[in-house]
Amino acid sequence: MSLSIKDHEIDIVIGALRSDLTSFMSEWRPIFSRFHLIIVKDPDLKEELKIPEGFNLDVYKKPDIDCVVGTSTSTIFSGYSCRYFGYLVSRKKYIISVDDDCYPAKDNKGILVDAVAQHITNLTTPATPFFFNTLYDPFTEGADFVRGYPFSLRSGVQCALSCGLWLNLAHYDAPTQALKPEERNSRYVDAVLTVPARSLMPISGINIAFNQEVIGPALLPSLRLGGEGKFRWETMEDIWSGMCVKVACDHLGLGVKTGMPYVWRNDRGDAIASLRKEWEGVKLMEEVVPFFQSVRLPREATTTEDCVAEVANVVKEQLGSKDPIFARAAKAMVDWVMLWKSVGSSTSSPGA
Amino acid sequence: MAEPSTISPAPLLKDELDIVIPTIRNLDFLEMWRPFFQPYHLIIVQDGDPSKTIKVPEGFDYELYNRNDINRILGPKSSCISFKDSACRCFGYMVSKKKYIYTIDDDCFVAKDPSGKDINALEQHIKNLLCPSTPFFFNTLYDPYRAGADFVRGYPFSLREGVPTAVSHGLWLNIPDYDAPTQLVKPLERNTRYVDAIMTIPKGTLFPMCGMNLAFNRELIGPAMYFGLMGDGQPIGRYDDMWAGWCTKVICDHLGLGVKTGLPYIWHSKASNPFVNLRKEYKGIYWQEELIPFFQSVTLPKDCTSVQKCYIEISKQVKAKLGKVDDYFNKLADAMVTWIEAWDELNPSGAKSAELSNGASK
Repeated sequence: MSLSIKDHEIDIVIGALRSDLTSFMSEWRPIFSRFHLIIVKDPDLKEELKIPEGFNLDVYKKPDIDCVVGTSTSTIFSGYSCRYFGYLVSRKKYIISVDDDCYPAKDNKGILVDAVAQHITNLTTPATPFFFNTLYDPFTEGADFVRGYPFSLRSGVQCALSCGLWLNLAHYDAPTQALKPEERNSRYVDAVLTVPARSLMPISGINIAFNQEVIGPALLPSLRLGGEGKFRWETMEDIWSGMCVKVACDHLGLGVKTGMPYVWRNDRGDAIASLRKEWEGVKLMEEVVPFFQSVRLPREATTTEDCVAEVANVVKEQLGSKDPIFARAAKAMVDWVMLWKSVGSSTSSPGA
Repeated sequence: MAEPSTISPAPLLKDELDIVIPTIRNLDFLEMWRPFFQPYHLIIVQDGDPSKTIKVPEGFDYELYNRNDINRILGPKSSCISFKDSACRCFGYMVSKKKYIYTIDDDCFVAKDPSGKDINALEQHIKNLLCPSTPFFFNTLYDPYRAGADFVRGYPFSLREGVPTAVSHGLWLNIPDYDAPTQLVKPLERNTRYVDAIMTIPKGTLFPMCGMNLAFNRELIGPAMYFGLMGDGQPIGRYDDMWAGWCTKVICDHLGLGVKTGLPYIWHSKASNPFVNLRKEYKGIYWQEELIPFFQSVTLPKDCTSVQKCYIEISKQVKAKLGKVDDYFNKLADAMVTWIEAWDELNPSGAKSAELSNGASK
């Protein structure tokens, strides 16, 4: 953990899709208890939240969300997207977010992984997107840049996003998990690496962290599947948001890292039941990936908000006519930038 | 994580793969590799004094070439093969008749995985080469074809077949492959981190390719594996594999072939002298600041449909754009052409198969 980062610069944002967070919070207590937490309850969740004592936290529920953004807008925060409300109201520099069905993992030596510390290390050491280092993260203990790595590229760029991984239930799509129902990810890969510039990847929202000051507005709820549900298999919102983030980072000269930390993802849901719903998402990716690979942002886009607005424009022009879901996503992105600008300038606090 | 032995083992490919080893010292290291290397044919490229006898341990099937052999076989074209530098190994690629090449340095030994088991590096390279690569979209769980892994959510199905793998770049435990300045600053640093992953290097991304533990499909990419002009009479050393790697990656990206890096690990035992290395690398450290932007911006025309055509095109661009950096690059560009001419002479049907397999490759 970087000693120069103060705990008060960090918010941990949890989207609660389940009401009983007792075991989740208890398991994470050794790691989370130092930090301020923002818990956002899925507006569609009827039951009361059960949260153990002893945390420094703010809880936002539907009435609070309605209060801040209005009842018509609050629908964008349904399901997994509820965490974006937490990002919106956070005033901290670094945000870390894990799904509420994830628990601390153990590394190869059996030691509990401090996911927060690793994410912060990832965010506070440079990324190296312009040239691949074959020993992976050159800034980690015991490693460095290898022979042949240009010296002018060794100072790296600021890391804006840290994407962690998952043991046990891997982040497969429904068809893959349905075909391999017993498969669990048991491989702990002891590496962090920078995703090269102009390379895209499917960014999962299950275990991420970001520097809100530099990239905040690009993490956004916008692509919502027609049959979006309450399992990760039944959403694409994080994948879409991740594409926007990567395109913006590449344009702005910021870095994205992937690899450690790992979290332990609990078994949940039925892949076969989700197959029908996620098929829509799987089909969409065939359009989404080539689209984002071709996006080129203009030089005038110098801020993250500019980048998001530009991407929204291009989505509307190029994808809007292919499927109404894209037209809606483009509008949602534009609305989000406006929301970000307005809520970001007000100080809001949750209701009782 | 140990691979389950119930999964079918990788084919040996013993009649389809040559192991190319450059050496100036001795081949004692082969004793440790015997269980893994003995089924294979070795091509030993003896650098330095040709009158010295290099003893090959008993029981290995091999051919050995010293400088006299290189001169005899290539005639005037032998000028493209370096002397007093392990870059001479690429002569071995040229004379091989096999589909796959594995090259390893003579100070590299068998490493152990975290469970303490000896790593059969060659077997892992073969698996890497026989399995597709995925250069168009990064898979966050790394190699999706490995046991226990797959493509993650969001990975388009249309990209899941992957492309043929041309290169498998292995890594090293113990002495890391650092440049001289880094070695001087961190003389005691050892690589002890076993990263249990193989990954495809994305299209459009360059990397520093190390020749210590490297395998490739000679039919797909062989002619691009020219290790340049290094060593005696040359202003630069220790950039041979780098040069080959940049050319190879640009060509692979153009032809839709994949390059993987990661497992297997070998144990690198010998730290070369950093002061000697500094003298060799000195110019390279400056020149690479020009070379990287050059390679990052190389575009190859659509009619470059074979590795040889791509390579000749790169040599033209080297002359045009890098000749002004130093006259060395003019000589290197000429040597690149000589190399292709020599390759095609020694591999007349090979030239055809490079074109055909690229044309036929999906």
